[in-house]
Amino acid sequence: MMDAVATIPPFESFYTEHAAEVLRLLRRRLGRERADDAFQETFLRALRAYDRLRHGEHLRAWVLTIAERVAIDAHRRAGEPADELPELPHLDGRPAYEELAFLTDSLPPKERAAVVLRYGYDLDYEQIAAALESSPDAARQAASSGIRRLRRRAQ
Amino acid sequence: MTVPTDLDRRFRDAAVRAGALDAAYDVIDSELGPLLAAVTDRGLARITYDADPQQELERIARLAGPRVLRAPRALDQARRELDDYFAGRRKAFDLDLDLRGQAPFAVAVLGELAKVPYGRTSTYGELATRAGNPRAARAVGMVMNRNPVPIVLPCHRIVGASGSLVGYGGGLERKEQLLRLEGAIL
Repeated sequence: MMDAVATIPPFESFYTEHAAEVLRLLRRRLGRERADDAFQETFLRALRAYDRLRHGEHLRAWVLTIAERVAIDAHRRAGEPADELPELPHLDGRPAYEELAFLTDSLPPKERAAVVLRYGYDLDYEQIAAALESSPDAARQAASSGIRRLRRRAQ
Repeated sequence: MTVPTDLDRRFRDAAVRAGALDAAYDVIDSELGPLLAAVTDRGLARITYDADPQQELERIARLAGPRVLRAPRALDQARRELDDYFAGRRKAFDLDLDLRGQAPFAVAVLGELAKVPYGRTSTYGELATRAGNPRAARAVGMVMNRNPVPIVLPCHRIVGASGSLVGYGGGLERKEQLLRLEGAIL
């Protein structure tokens, strides 16, 4: 247990490290004014899920995914088209993710996000559920139907 | 680009209102320099002199959980009571304490320490006796040294049998300042 706690940074460190980037992303997606509410919502969602994290890796990918979901929800509430792909962060440049990105580009957004977070970033279903605002079961289903779809394509 | 101050503050306030924090902290200015203070849902958990914030945050997270955020609003009551104390308007604190992680002996000693009144002193030996172990004066000294909430739990009021100040986690100068504020020494 001490190990798990040691690898997850205090929320303050996580927040100060990623706040500016999250705000930039939300301003790009929603414009300056709507970004403020979305910023608060993003970090509140992250905070509520934070004590369920099992390790402190890929927190940047995790919080940017949450921000994407919040932006999509905001578009939806405003009656705007919201079916754009959640843009998963590309800057980590992990080889596993790069390969997956190539494979998963054509999956539906939820399945793609679930597959990439699970197999590219090794997040568990609790974390993925928190990022996608769904349940761990739904996240597991999205990942496995994404994988099935990829398998069918590979055949 | 940095996050605008008002947006940052709004999030920190909202986090407190949402009740989703394991601990909130802030740096409180005082006569004795900046104090890093942390509260949990159980009460005041830490007051630290000369804190290294990163190290202190990690210590708080190990104690209470990882959702630790600087959130000044959550420290309003503690800040007010400390301000009043340093201004000489308050002689006893009305704050709940979170003493999680303390050994049973330390809890007993800190409980007795809380009863030593404003403006008075007691000795390490007396405190040991009241905590049920007259021979444990040295162990009491250790508990004082590691007091998680100095000032509020008044370890500055514990002195040597000869009346010498002996030691203080925040430095002897601060112990003297506190005792002078309370009129316990001239």
